[in-house]
Amino acid sequence: MTAAIELVDLRKSFGPTAVIRGVNLTVGEGERHAIIGPNGAGKSTLYNLITAKYAPSSGRIRLRGQDVTSRKPYEINRMGLARSFQVTNIFPRMSVFENVRCGTLWSMNYRYSFWHDVDHLEDANARSRQILQDIGLAARADVPAGVLSYAEQRALEIGITIAGGAEVILLDEPTAGMNRAETSQTVELVRRITEGRTLVMVEHDMSVVFGLADRISVLVYGEIIASGPPDEIRGNPAVREAYLGEESA
Amino acid sequence: MSGFARRNAIWWAALVLVVLLPQVARSGASIAVLDQMCIMVIFSLSYNMMLGQGGMLSFGHAVYYGLGGYVAIHFMKMAGGGAFFLPLPLVPLIGGIAGLAFGLVFGSFSTNRAGTVFAMISLGIGELIAASSLIFVKFSGGEEGITADRTGLTSFFGIHFRGEVPVYYLIAGWMMLSAWLMYRFSRTPVGRMANAVRDNPERVEFVGYSQKQIRLITFMAAGFFAGIAGGLFALNYEIVTEEAVNLTTSGVVLLQAFIGGVGFFAGPVIGAVVYTLLQTLLSNYTEIWAFYVGLIFVATVMYAPTGLTGLIMMHLPIARAGRLRSLALPYLRIGLPALACALGVIGLLELLHFLSVRATGQAVKRLFWMKFDVDQPLPWIVFAALALGGFLVARRMAPRLAAAWAAANPHAQGARAR
Repeated sequence: MTAAIELVDLRKSFGPTAVIRGVNLTVGEGERHAIIGPNGAGKSTLYNLITAKYAPSSGRIRLRGQDVTSRKPYEINRMGLARSFQVTNIFPRMSVFENVRCGTLWSMNYRYSFWHDVDHLEDANARSRQILQDIGLAARADVPAGVLSYAEQRALEIGITIAGGAEVILLDEPTAGMNRAETSQTVELVRRITEGRTLVMVEHDMSVVFGLADRISVLVYGEIIASGPPDEIRGNPAVREAYLGEESA
Repeated sequence: MSGFARRNAIWWAALVLVVLLPQVARSGASIAVLDQMCIMVIFSLSYNMMLGQGGMLSFGHAVYYGLGGYVAIHFMKMAGGGAFFLPLPLVPLIGGIAGLAFGLVFGSFSTNRAGTVFAMISLGIGELIAASSLIFVKFSGGEEGITADRTGLTSFFGIHFRGEVPVYYLIAGWMMLSAWLMYRFSRTPVGRMANAVRDNPERVEFVGYSQKQIRLITFMAAGFFAGIAGGLFALNYEIVTEEAVNLTTSGVVLLQAFIGGVGFFAGPVIGAVVYTLLQTLLSNYTEIWAFYVGLIFVATVMYAPTGLTGLIMMHLPIARAGRLRSLALPYLRIGLPALACALGVIGLLELLHFLSVRATGQAVKRLFWMKFDVDQPLPWIVFAALALGGFLVARRMAPRLAAAWAAANPHAQGARAR
């Protein structure tokens, strides 16, 4: 099995502060991989390195065997990686339907077309409608995305992320700020839409991580201290001390 | 499909209006106003491709209008001299291609970022080109500008475009075609992604698009249509001067878009029509018309940020619910004192202006079909009282209007949000 994502001795410093201090990580194709860690461990920074929002100070990032270190976000996206955002990141003045359609256009080869009428893009519109069904927002299709509730915006965020049909999907705390019912709905949604794809998620909520992930990596102070299946991680004393113990305290 | 049919109905209505207008307003002066309106409509719509659709606030859009005009008039001049074959109706296309080319040149380095950086670069380019137009006089003709004679150009399938009405129809035809194309553009993948870049440039990069590419394409398209407007300007006035590229013209197009409303496709159309009317009609009555336009602009930005179109759109749901009548009295209550306030302000401004320009010994100002002696205190007191009193009464009436508004609105607060 080839690796979907491979991080090789990845480092990132902001000025004198080293935030990511040599991360090696391999995520296999079709794997659901969660990255957990206490606050300030560098989870978001690591996430932003993989998705090319930040350039690493050193180290390599490979996406399905290809080196993507220091590529532009849109280039990485075109190579099959899509991400969501922790802070809801949608197109607030456009309709919910159009938000999702924006996510489909590039992958359906409409690119920079200024000769197609968007109303007549049957394939893009059909896929957008299907995704709206999947994320449970079909009834809200024509509403400006900015007026959706928080949980709806989070679902839309995931909808935009998967709209391009990416093989590798990165989700940044998909259930942050949700109540229990919304969380279990979202977990179900994520499980469904990532079927047969590679998922890397950064998550705080333990029930989400242990219920969803095939493998878990624990990040503490910019280093991965443990990586393995959920049961192994749960039983790891170093992890308990660094992270889980902190949770129960 | 009713929405689709309605949208098309608006286009047909516009076409009929454009065809019939010169039959109604037959005088040469009114046709001249219509010509100017059509040119300004294209110019404003092209500006709003960037601002309203693409989220790029430009302070130098006249660059593409003016340079389009210059290139077009040079081509007219050369074709008129027999250098090559150029039918008159294609002159605006020359301007458009020039606008597109300059859009590519200046857009290539100014579209990396939106926001303040983009605005500052656009201002810099605007200043640069305005200054250049007085330096490179071979191209720009300096302050006299470049003149050409459109009658020297080849006829077009036997149409000679002599006289005002044929020229109007040529301009209006280009206006309808350009407006329609700009509308179509807004409904293509690039047009939609321009909206997405406006809303959230970071997210766009994670659905596979380069925000810079999207901005650049939008920018070039806006340059193209601004150039068409400039080409029509050259064709219509047969002269292009430094005024066409300068920052004042860049300001005018911004003003038009804002007064009309940048959030709507039709906004700049309404803005251009209203601005042209103010400019041409108001200037018949007062020398300080530009001051009033400035006041209207400030009032729009402060009290009606969605522009005139936004005001109209706010009333549509109420009109559909048949409740427009319940607003009549509250509007009258606030409208009359507001009118008094406006009269007072206008009176004071006109008297002040008169003081600064009058000949020695002249003391009587004609205003509102009356005569006022500016050396007496009474006119000043009356106007000041009108202005202040009107303002205070209008302000007291404002809560009642708000209450009536809330009562009339079918979906309470929802309709106010865009």
